[in-house]
Amino acid sequence: MMHRLRWILHATICATALALAGPAGAQPAGAPDPAAGTAAALPGDQRLAALLGALPEASYADKRTLIEQMLALRDARVRALLQALLDGNLDVRAADNRVFITAPEGDSGEDLRLTDPLSPAAAVTAPSDGLSKIGVNNQLRKELRVALAQFDLSSPDAGVRLAAVKEMLRAVDDAGIAVLRERIKIESDTSVKREIRVGLALADLDNGDAATRRAAVAAVADSLNPDVYNRLSAMVQSSPDGSYGEADPAVRAAALASLRAIDRSRMLYSGIQTLLYGLSQGSVLVLAAIGLAITFGVMGVINMAHGELMMLGAYTTYVVQLLMPQHIGASIIVAIPAAFLISGLAGVAIERGIVRHLYGRPLETLLATFGVSLILQQAVRDIFSANNRPVETPQWLAGSLQINEVLAITYNRLYIIVFTFALFLLLLLVLKRTRLGLEVRAVSQNRAMAKAMGVRTEWVDALTFGLGSGIAGVAGVALSQLTNVGPNLGQSYIVDSFMVVVFGGVGNLWGTELGGNALGIVNKVLEPYSGAVLAKIFVLIFLILFIQRRPRGLFPQKGRAADG
Amino acid sequence: MVVDPASNWPLFAEKAAELLEKDKVAVVFGCWTSVSRKSVLPVFEKDNGLLFYPVQYEGEESSKNVIYTGAAPNQQAIPAVDYLMKDVGVKRWVLEGTDYVYPRTTNKILAAYLEQKGVKPADIMINYTPFGFSDWTSEVAKIKAFGSAGKKTAVVSTINGDANVPFYKELGNQKISAEDIPVVAFSVGEEELSGLDAKPLVGHLAAWNYFMSINSPINKEWIAKWHAFTKNPKRTFNDPMEATVIGFHLWVKAVQKAGTTDTTKVIAALPGLETSNLTGGIARVLPNHHITKPVYIGEIRGDGQFDVVWKTDKEVPGDAWSDFLPGSKDIEADWVNLNCGNYNTKTKVCSGQNYK
Repeated sequence: MMHRLRWILHATICATALALAGPAGAQPAGAPDPAAGTAAALPGDQRLAALLGALPEASYADKRTLIEQMLALRDARVRALLQALLDGNLDVRAADNRVFITAPEGDSGEDLRLTDPLSPAAAVTAPSDGLSKIGVNNQLRKELRVALAQFDLSSPDAGVRLAAVKEMLRAVDDAGIAVLRERIKIESDTSVKREIRVGLALADLDNGDAATRRAAVAAVADSLNPDVYNRLSAMVQSSPDGSYGEADPAVRAAALASLRAIDRSRMLYSGIQTLLYGLSQGSVLVLAAIGLAITFGVMGVINMAHGELMMLGAYTTYVVQLLMPQHIGASIIVAIPAAFLISGLAGVAIERGIVRHLYGRPLETLLATFGVSLILQQAVRDIFSANNRPVETPQWLAGSLQINEVLAITYNRLYIIVFTFALFLLLLLVLKRTRLGLEVRAVSQNRAMAKAMGVRTEWVDALTFGLGSGIAGVAGVALSQLTNVGPNLGQSYIVDSFMVVVFGGVGNLWGTELGGNALGIVNKVLEPYSGAVLAKIFVLIFLILFIQRRPRGLFPQKGRAADG
Repeated sequence: MVVDPASNWPLFAEKAAELLEKDKVAVVFGCWTSVSRKSVLPVFEKDNGLLFYPVQYEGEESSKNVIYTGAAPNQQAIPAVDYLMKDVGVKRWVLEGTDYVYPRTTNKILAAYLEQKGVKPADIMINYTPFGFSDWTSEVAKIKAFGSAGKKTAVVSTINGDANVPFYKELGNQKISAEDIPVVAFSVGEEELSGLDAKPLVGHLAAWNYFMSINSPINKEWIAKWHAFTKNPKRTFNDPMEATVIGFHLWVKAVQKAGTTDTTKVIAALPGLETSNLTGGIARVLPNHHITKPVYIGEIRGDGQFDVVWKTDKEVPGDAWSDFLPGSKDIEADWVNLNCGNYNTKTKVCSGQNYK
């Protein structure tokens, strides 16, 4: 308390203010903010300082008033201050009750760089103990975002301005509308202008004058903004007593026409969205299955440890992130070859140690590799513990590509679609264009003849199995971004992988690619109607019926090799 | 004595029988999922054992041989919905769960409760996904569409364990923030958060009867002891752990009161006993074998801990049979006066266990 009073002494000049600020320290929460009342009497700088001083001990409701008063100061420094508060980087030092904007400093993670929000130029480095974060809750976060948007409205970057307008429209009030009306007069960018117009038209829909309302309906006619849709729906809805949300019939007809048009484009976009989601789920299936398409499809080995090879890839990602904590963005790129090597080597070891002794005995291979899968799971439990491990998502994989108001695809899904297709092409190239690929195909079609031609079949077997396993490891890296990295990761994908390979046609990479995507799309088309549980069941039933009709899958192998 | 049945349901019953018949243990603290509890239940009733069950569950049960120290639905789900309705002003509800007994029962109770409070069926969306579900794209898109109808929307999540991480990640990726559509979860606590990157979850809610971050002197002291015991200053402590601690204290008191560890006498001594919980309140054993617990709502912080944003004024007594389901409205559990866990107050009949 002494520190606090001394600091207020610094910040305030006049004695009356000091007398008023005293109780603020004594009663931090509860009463509606006597400190703020003090601040009003002071010139700008000290007013901001006083508001800031009251912030750490204020209740959430008081913080809200404090923030509003800070905004009213129209001080450029407030932006950085509020941004830090929103990001959770605004801390208070227990020793002297001073508020700082903090940022991590150095590699140790122990030190923080402290900036005084009032004099941003000067910064000091200090250890992080003794500092505690100033908390915000959901409601405050929302208000902070809207407040920050008002600052961003005058940014020179049109993209920032557009985001700011969208942010403001999420919670718009009369004051916000007034700001937007001012802005549209000087705004030059067309897309920002359009967004502001939609916002203003939304406000005009409540106007008393029917002509204004009609003009507003026309202005929002081609907008996909959900607020617009909700407002228009409310206008044409009739209440039990026969009156409509919109009294004027002409305006109502216009609203109805706009609604129909919006419905049509919504349908179109949601169709595209379902297709994209299906492709993304299909890509995950293909990713999980494509390694198996080689070991099972080409070599004919039923490898029950395939899922665990993916799990190894996912854990490799985790370890790579541990080794390079400062470069999470690059860690995924590094993890891909690392996982390929580790899972590939594990695969070669399994082939040399177990599978090679069991060629031609599929049941025993199945049991032995199942044993291997249990051993690998337990090994991971012993090394990393049975709990899931946190794998961070790099910045460039987070978020989504917003195509318009109703159509968006998340970046991680987009990258997975592209990545899977690239991996598929690469594998196709290896099998069709390289010497290894030629030998693999030769051995899988006729082992004895290949041997007679001087192909070292044992060596080819080991490499093929290693290739398939390595690809499983790479799939594991991608899965680490989508799902939990834990000992059970492999189990949850093994059934799906076999399903895709069998559906696509054993021994055919194209079959795996197309089969996986087809199953993904069917699943996603069904999901909205039947729910996720039933969709999965339907897909399985469909698959069983399909295999009954065509036991060799979508693209059966032809020729003598198929009979073997 | 520690046994690990590795989430294998039949093994739970086997191990329970082994503990009770071979090792002759006086008391068992354990079980996690409802399935595991249901599998050991017949064993405990047959061998007259004593089980302290420390996990929040769906209710609709009261056994002579079980003390439920975790939350019943009226000590977690109902207060959470009350908070969202009154303090956040939620008008539209998504009840999202994993497809098994706890979410199905809880959502049935919640839907009945919401409709009783005047929420229209069109404003409630109930949805189930399989265990370990990871492809949340279209589910989350559905929630987003449901939530953009102009009314404040919240998700009540009974999603189990592993499916949570991809769910929250997808919410983050589709830019659904806690400010727009808050998610309140009943199975995400400090321990679960320690296994994942908590940043995309910041601001989402959880309802529990205990948070590690609660600043009571007794809790601070306990956490210090816990860190010294585990020799790990970062080890988390959570709600079911607190419930186990309470259960243990209660058992010790019951043994002192009964003067023996004989199960029948200890069970008879338990109702009415009190012990302090770690957040500064009192946990009292009720005649229905549930206990009184405070309810807290917390917002997830970036470091995997919670900020308490709301709590009940006093402890809430656990209700074994929900008052909001038509089938269980009239049923009461009372092991002191009625000696019955399943007594119908209308027909005056005790179905189920009856030891007369």
